[in-house]
Amino acid sequence: MSYRFESVADVRVRLGDVDYLSDDAIASVVYLADRLGKPILVEGPAGTGKTQLAKSVAEILGARLIRLQCYEGLDESKALYEWNYKKQLLRIQATKTEGDGAAWDQIEEDIFSDDFLLTRPLLEAIRAEDPVVLLIDEVDRVEVETEALLLEILSDYQVSIPELGTITARQIPLVFLTSNNTRELSEALKRRCLFLHIDYPDMDREKQIVLTKVPDITEALADQVARIVRSIRQMELKKSPSVSETIDWAQTLMLLGVTKIDAETATGTANILLKYQSDIAKATKEFANEGSSFRKGGPFSEPKT
Amino acid sequence: MTDAPVYVANGESILALLNGFIGELREAGLPVSLTENLDAMEAVKHIPIEDRAAFKYALAATLVKNNAHWRSFETVFEVYFSMRGRQFAIGEDGAELPEELADALAEMSGEGQGEGQMQGGGGGDQMSPEELAAMLYNSLLKGDDAMMRAVARQSVKRYAGMEPGRPVGGTYYLYRTLRNLDLDGVLERLMQQSNEDSPEPMTPLEQRLEADEFNQRVEQLKKEIEAEIRRRLVADRGVEAMAKTLRKPLPEDIDFMHASRDEMKLLRQAIYPLTRKLAVRLARKRRHGRKGALDFRSTVRHSLSYGGVPAEPKFKYPRPAKPEIFVIADISGSVASFARFTLHLVYAISGQFSRVRSFVFIDGVDEVTRFFEGTDDILEAIHRVNTEADVVWVDGHSDYGHAFEVFWSKWGKDIGPKTTVIILGDARNNYHASQSWVIKEIRHRARHVFWLNPEPKSYWDTGDSIVGEYATHCDGAFECRNMRQLEKFVDNLV
Repeated sequence: MSYRFESVADVRVRLGDVDYLSDDAIASVVYLADRLGKPILVEGPAGTGKTQLAKSVAEILGARLIRLQCYEGLDESKALYEWNYKKQLLRIQATKTEGDGAAWDQIEEDIFSDDFLLTRPLLEAIRAEDPVVLLIDEVDRVEVETEALLLEILSDYQVSIPELGTITARQIPLVFLTSNNTRELSEALKRRCLFLHIDYPDMDREKQIVLTKVPDITEALADQVARIVRSIRQMELKKSPSVSETIDWAQTLMLLGVTKIDAETATGTANILLKYQSDIAKATKEFANEGSSFRKGGPFSEPKT
Repeated sequence: MTDAPVYVANGESILALLNGFIGELREAGLPVSLTENLDAMEAVKHIPIEDRAAFKYALAATLVKNNAHWRSFETVFEVYFSMRGRQFAIGEDGAELPEELADALAEMSGEGQGEGQMQGGGGGDQMSPEELAAMLYNSLLKGDDAMMRAVARQSVKRYAGMEPGRPVGGTYYLYRTLRNLDLDGVLERLMQQSNEDSPEPMTPLEQRLEADEFNQRVEQLKKEIEAEIRRRLVADRGVEAMAKTLRKPLPEDIDFMHASRDEMKLLRQAIYPLTRKLAVRLARKRRHGRKGALDFRSTVRHSLSYGGVPAEPKFKYPRPAKPEIFVIADISGSVASFARFTLHLVYAISGQFSRVRSFVFIDGVDEVTRFFEGTDDILEAIHRVNTEADVVWVDGHSDYGHAFEVFWSKWGKDIGPKTTVIILGDARNNYHASQSWVIKEIRHRARHVFWLNPEPKSYWDTGDSIVGEYATHCDGAFECRNMRQLEKFVDNLV
């Protein structure tokens, strides 16, 4: 079987071509997933580009993206396959009107065939002839019991349908699972996957992301945006700003025609970055502090407990 | 396996190395299964060990499935792999100057900044302390990674005073090195410098950002220094011995009572995702736990769509009563951090309870519910508990007996059959009267009384600890030394 990527660097460059700025961790794991034929479990705070990673990989491979959005109560008829019972009924009815010609065995074989099978995302990914990328989004939302549905697919790339037998993948698709870590996933699931934690990007990468995603932004402004966001993330907040919120903020600043951020602008637009009133209050307070107390919260001062 | 074994520079088979590595990970408490082990072996065939970053992430992707374990993994990885390979070999001490350092020196003297009067570069070993300080300053000012690394190496060599075979930990050397570098002072000078450099006076916001930037660089320098010390220690003592000394507990295993400052920070970071997980899990349990009784009205209503046949029975959603929680916490020095974490956790999932009231004591007792109500910033509330609560009666040494007595007379009547009382403390009573009848009375009135003790069970009832006496009147007394045990308790509580 031929591989999709030549090297780790290759992954990085090609992801960059579609405006997804990866880092060493992301590129290595994607490369490895291709080589080992294993799914990737992507975890991390909301809004750090987990879902976007799958989309971007699909884009550079020219593959179709098949997406399964998980939610509480997801079952196999929504995830794997379902028999099209209405059509089956019609088929039986049709036989009756035709007369008693066809034997029951014949009908049964008929109605449990491919024609009556409704494929759902997982089965569709397995049966696809063309290259596909399978994205199982927010897998932590399903119950632990439902996770078991995924196991067969993830380890052997096959689906067993009692009436039809086992359907094996024609080609091994790249599989991404994303999780916001609202609960611990089962060991069995984790064991089958490569694990990738995507955290908030460091300052330089965030600046690059802003530069790529916000057209016409000046380098100086992007730099300032990235710096401020980094400082905010260092505070202990209920929810740190995500990358998408950083981008939103930068876009807002562009619309307002801001070229240089001062404390006033920052406070005035803080509600785009921060979504809790207490967080906004805290950040405003921090930034309004006289700058001479710069060592406050620095690595050498004891935090107040 | 048909592939020829891969060899690293010093002739050691990489598979053997991996085995030792995984063994050490397991020792450190990471759950590495056999499949994951095999995956890692498969993975390293595809990624050359020379590409260190990719190699590290490849191993991490196959072996570490929980982000909280990353720190432990990184330490072990560094000990096992980062110190092998050509560029990490320790040359004959002082024989050759690392190239990057030479470059940095040359560059600096070329710039002629005035404060760094270099004697024509070269001979880094002969650098005077002043020169080293100047170089440190410049590397931080410019944020030049290579130069910082060079400075780290030089300063460890010069200041740490490492002697082969000396049985001291890395922290000792780290302390010695940092003390000589006076990073605090450097930081201050850096701020002054950038103040002077800026064309117009800096706004507070700019100053703040600048300070964050420098702080970041100093942190990085410290990391470099630590790595350098570690590298030298490994060279001295060998990989296995070092791995053992550097082993750090996973966040969920950190002992509340003996956590260092860094570990405290880790705990604080870990508590937020934990509360979220708990809240989701508890909410689900509540919804799915029991089946309700038949809802007659709704069944009849729905039967209309089946022509009056009650084909689809409807059930009432169960609404189990939420318990009311009273937390009574000892916040004297030794157990303060434990009380803090527990309060934090309880308030973070307070939606699962009908009401949470909290009381803190040392030798006096005070209700602190008011600090938590009307604010959604738990950290701030806890801070106020520590500074504003009136908990000292005589001398500020724990007196459980008196605190309980006062509690009973003031708030005892508020305890009802729906109340669950949780008492936090080590029950080290300084030989005062225990007044355990209060607990007995509370138990009569309340639904449950639990005692959480942050001390290891083997210490209970030794010295002035009288937890046994109290425990006889409780529904249960639990050892609660780390996050794992705390999580388990809260999970069972609802």
